[in-house]
Amino acid sequence: MDFLLRSKHTMAAKVVLDFEKPLYELEEKLSEMRVYLKSGEVDSLSEGRSGLKREIEALEAKVESLRKTIYKNLTRWQKVQLARHPERPYTLDYIYMMMKDFVELSGDRNFGDDKAIIGGFARLADEATGFSQSVMVIGHQKGRDTKSNLYRNFGMAQPEGYRKALRLMKMAEKFRKPVITLIDTPGAFPGIEAEERGQAEAIARNLYEMASLKVPIICVIIGEGASGGAIGIGVGDRILMAENAWYSVISPESCSSILWRSWNFKEQAAEALKLTADDLLAQGIIDRIVTEPLGGAHHNPEEMAATLKAILIEELQGLLPKAPTTLVDERIAKFSLMGVWEES
Amino acid sequence: MVWFKRANPSIRTTDKRDTPEGLWSKCDSCGAALHKKQLEDHLYTCPDCGFHFRISPVLYFSFLFDGGKWEEFDGQLRAADPLGFVDTKNYPQRVRDTIAKSGKSEACRNATGVLDGSPLVVSAMDFGFIGGSMGSVVGEKIARAADRSVELNAPLIVISQSGGARMMEGAFSLMQMAKTSARLTRLGERGIPFISLMTDPTMGGISASFAMLGDLNLSEPKALIGFAGPRVIRDTIKRDLPEGFQRAEFLKEHGFVDTIVHRKDLRSQLIKLLGHMR
Ligand SMILES: [Zn+2]
Repeated sequence: MDFLLRSKHTMAAKVVLDFEKPLYELEEKLSEMRVYLKSGEVDSLSEGRSGLKREIEALEAKVESLRKTIYKNLTRWQKVQLARHPERPYTLDYIYMMMKDFVELSGDRNFGDDKAIIGGFARLADEATGFSQSVMVIGHQKGRDTKSNLYRNFGMAQPEGYRKALRLMKMAEKFRKPVITLIDTPGAFPGIEAEERGQAEAIARNLYEMASLKVPIICVIIGEGASGGAIGIGVGDRILMAENAWYSVISPESCSSILWRSWNFKEQAAEALKLTADDLLAQGIIDRIVTEPLGGAHHNPEEMAATLKAILIEELQGLLPKAPTTLVDERIAKFSLMGVWEES
Repeated sequence: MVWFKRANPSIRTTDKRDTPEGLWSKCDSCGAALHKKQLEDHLYTCPDCGFHFRISPVLYFSFLFDGGKWEEFDGQLRAADPLGFVDTKNYPQRVRDTIAKSGKSEACRNATGVLDGSPLVVSAMDFGFIGGSMGSVVGEKIARAADRSVELNAPLIVISQSGGARMMEGAFSLMQMAKTSARLTRLGERGIPFISLMTDPTMGGISASFAMLGDLNLSEPKALIGFAGPRVIRDTIKRDLPEGFQRAEFLKEHGFVDTIVHRKDLRSQLIKLLGHMR
């Protein structure tokens, strides 16, 4: 890819994480040098235009090398930060970038419409191969600013969100359409009303019903996969995970506060929980990692969406020919294998 | 594994460490002085105020099954350390210490026996083992209890008593929610009754999986039942929680518990209910 284009993406990033700062500073310097090169003043330099060009090239090489060094050696906590990056593509971004004819469907037909989980019919199509498939796509939805985050409740669903998801999955089953879920939540909402309306029961019911749903289910952890709120739409035939996403039983912060009795051990907690895509692949909990553009999905959302789309189509082609009973048997067997214990 | 001692095979005795020591103890709720004999007679509930003391799987087995006879299965499962988890202590050490201190091998025990002449499978959790937390062993045991119930065509009762999932096994613990729920579908499709009894506490990954999936959800009086812990909720919404919040009676009022059963009536209620279901 053209360097300037990538640079433009990087510079557009308003949020720079701590570990990205050295890179960001070099990029700023590089961009100042380019501006200077274009200006007339450069001719007054003794080395002249060609000297500055050489300097720019050297710095470009340095930036590229630093970029690789930083992003290929991320700690688990740094990946958690990338997974939460406010410019990261969210569920609706993926839907609009990957799919056509999306119609959002609202409500659990019982209490209301939760905005932290969205879903609806959409078409996953590839003109090159002629593949075209209606799907039920469901996912957590975060907001991008204060206003939209309040509207989306930061991607923290209420029981009616899980029940809407279940309603849509049962409808997909009825019309024999595969289900795709996109997981991105800091957790199911902990509130009085959520408890009154049965947050626990809503999640439990989804686990039970998803285990035995008679159509293919592909789950993708695209950002944060926090605990019950994540697995509440996370039981499927194939579990995919974005390279910089995290998935665990608890967030590093909460884990730190409970086990270390302090909020200050989140880095250690992230390491201990082994919550990255690489970790989960090694643990046999996910099936496949979706590679992200260098620097994270937000550095090139279109590329990320194209990668995921191709993988979803490939995975669907493997699942669609399977008989419903085979799908269910294999799905239950898959989750039955998860766990490690000693048995004499 | 070499680091654990095999649990005493003659387990059909009261686990002393689970019951108040000495002849007299005080009710945690009303403060009444209760004699050991009195407590035993009332199945570790307070005769004055009805407070339910937390009791171990063995005690439940001993008063639920006919003749106080049962057979444990899958007692040989022990926690592993799939993540090499270290917090202020390493996980294997925590497990070893817990086994040594409590005399328990894990946070769940499975048993088969007979209830009113018919076979029954019971899986009972134990708060006394790392807060009753569910890691791979607990998940596997509950899943196998479901299998056993299918094999025997016998009803399954799961007695929950847990703070939630076990952090030290990370995503493996989370997956136990899916595993247990998935295996329970096998009972559902065969019309085999599954009764969930929620005792104090039934929280997090337990309530958000098998504990809420009973054909019947029963609860002991005043048991704390919920998804998020009260402290987490208070910290999130920054206001006080209502009186009785997340107690069994609250859950029943909001439609998530069928009936609240006093421990002294549990056996007779189960016989009555299963009589209707089979
Ligand atoms: Zn009392």
